[in-house]
Amino acid sequence: MANVLVFAETRGGELRKAGLVALAAARKLADATGGGEVHAVVAGAPGVAARAEELGHAGADVVIAVEHAALANFDRESIAATIVARARGGSYRAIVLGFTAQGRDLGPRVAAQLDAPLVSDIIELGDASGDTLTVKHPGYANKVIIEMTIAGPAAVISVRPTAFAPIRAERKARVESMAPAADPGASRVKVKEVVEGAKGRPDLADAPIIVAGGRGLKAPENFKLVEELADAFGNAAVGATRAVTDEGWRPHADQIGQTGRQVSPQLYVAVGISGAIQHLAGMRTSKTIVAINKDREAPIFKVADYGIVGDVLEIVPALTQAVREAKKGH
Amino acid sequence: MKIAVCIKRTPDSETRFRIASTSRAVDEAGVKFDMDDFASYAVEVALQLKEKEGKGETVVIALGPDPVQETLRKAMSMGADRAIQLKVDAVPFDGLAVAKALAAELQGGGYDLVLFGKHAFDTSAGIVGTATAELLGLPVVTAASKLDIAGGRGTARRELEGAAEIVEFPLPAVVTIDEGIARPRYPSLKNIMAAKKKPLESKAAQLGPVRVTVKGMALPPDRPAGRIIGEGTAAVSELVRLLHSEAKVF
Repeated sequence: MANVLVFAETRGGELRKAGLVALAAARKLADATGGGEVHAVVAGAPGVAARAEELGHAGADVVIAVEHAALANFDRESIAATIVARARGGSYRAIVLGFTAQGRDLGPRVAAQLDAPLVSDIIELGDASGDTLTVKHPGYANKVIIEMTIAGPAAVISVRPTAFAPIRAERKARVESMAPAADPGASRVKVKEVVEGAKGRPDLADAPIIVAGGRGLKAPENFKLVEELADAFGNAAVGATRAVTDEGWRPHADQIGQTGRQVSPQLYVAVGISGAIQHLAGMRTSKTIVAINKDREAPIFKVADYGIVGDVLEIVPALTQAVREAKKGH
Repeated sequence: MKIAVCIKRTPDSETRFRIASTSRAVDEAGVKFDMDDFASYAVEVALQLKEKEGKGETVVIALGPDPVQETLRKAMSMGADRAIQLKVDAVPFDGLAVAKALAAELQGGGYDLVLFGKHAFDTSAGIVGTATAELLGLPVVTAASKLDIAGGRGTARRELEGAAEIVEFPLPAVVTIDEGIARPRYPSLKNIMAAKKKPLESKAAQLGPVRVTVKGMALPPDRPAGRIIGEGTAAVSELVRLLHSEAKVF
């Protein structure tokens, strides 16, 4: 029996799905050790403790609320120090984070400060008995699944945000409050400005549906067809290939592929994407893949559950219309 | 400014991998190795910073067995001034153990800036740069897609999920480099020749204890073979029907 500490990530005071996924992994790990507790750290501006109920439902036994006005924005140095202080004060089998911008930043800091071994981006938890923990992590840009053994009494792991489903349970968490272990105003790296991305659409990491466009769209203005299809689905994010972001048609942050974002939504719609190996490395683990492309021989059709051959400029508007009608009908 | 760039030698990312007979590594037979993509962006950034300042030194550092010297020479042919090989038989998959070796080398080196790629292709973990900074007690900015240095301070842009942030930090600092920041230059023949005469120091790496080990490697399960359901707009209604009744997406 061993307790597990998890960082429940927020943005703008709201819990992020990746944090709930990390919590689900922490719950699984605590249960696997024979019924340990899950302690969730949530940090933010005063009021963030109100997220405790939701965290209880998502699998936390204890919510550690770290409230400070200067934590309204993510502060990596202060939050890392706070997680480390809590971890030192308890006897945790593991410290779990999401493999997100925040988690990528925190994980190595926490591991280095605790001198605990760290594995990033895990997709599966294996044996957790004794002093070793077995996990699976996709390496070589998702081309090889690496099974790893982590030795030692405490491990730090970050969890791929699509690897586990968030828990919904009738659990009520106890709430404790904790002061930040380092002054969030004193961090050496200061955020001067946050540039918000496209409003009103989920991020690629959170979206159950992604519509992505490639060079087959022929011109940057045709990307609006991709956006309209995403809007018709209602809960879809928009992505792009490297060719398109290199051309400057879309921001670099939208790039899906080996060197960009790696996604695995429920539905991935590839519009005018040939399916270069570079791109497939970023999306081949999607549950259902739809491809629309004029070239019947394009490699994307080898991985597409449903392919349509033809002109994207004709097919996508027709699909958008059909999705709108289908959504109305259900 | 004195800049260190920590680089890695990794397999060509276009490789179609097979698993070695031990099941604990990829089969390296016939696989091409080169400087990791993100590391090459970091080298380019360092060279541009040096050119802008008109003075300074760029040192490239890598762990690995002797073939890594080829990668270090490549960085010098791009323009780095000297290189350090931290010798190990194989680079472990334990990022913290690697960070300890790099921190031991960087400590006391008087570097104003230490650059890394944001992650390496093989481990795809993104641990080493940030952990090295923590061990050195330096501020760190991860996954910078823009970087400016002026008057002993740095400004960087970082891409977040669905947003971006602009951060400021004091030097000395560690920065890990994202894609899109700079295109790595091709070394000229003259510079390739010149790099052969640049100093390459080789010494044993002071690795930390290795606590993360590879138990097995496997290729991911294949997707079922793709299926073309039709051509042109005529296929749209069938697609929507399948998404609803078979894939149950909506």
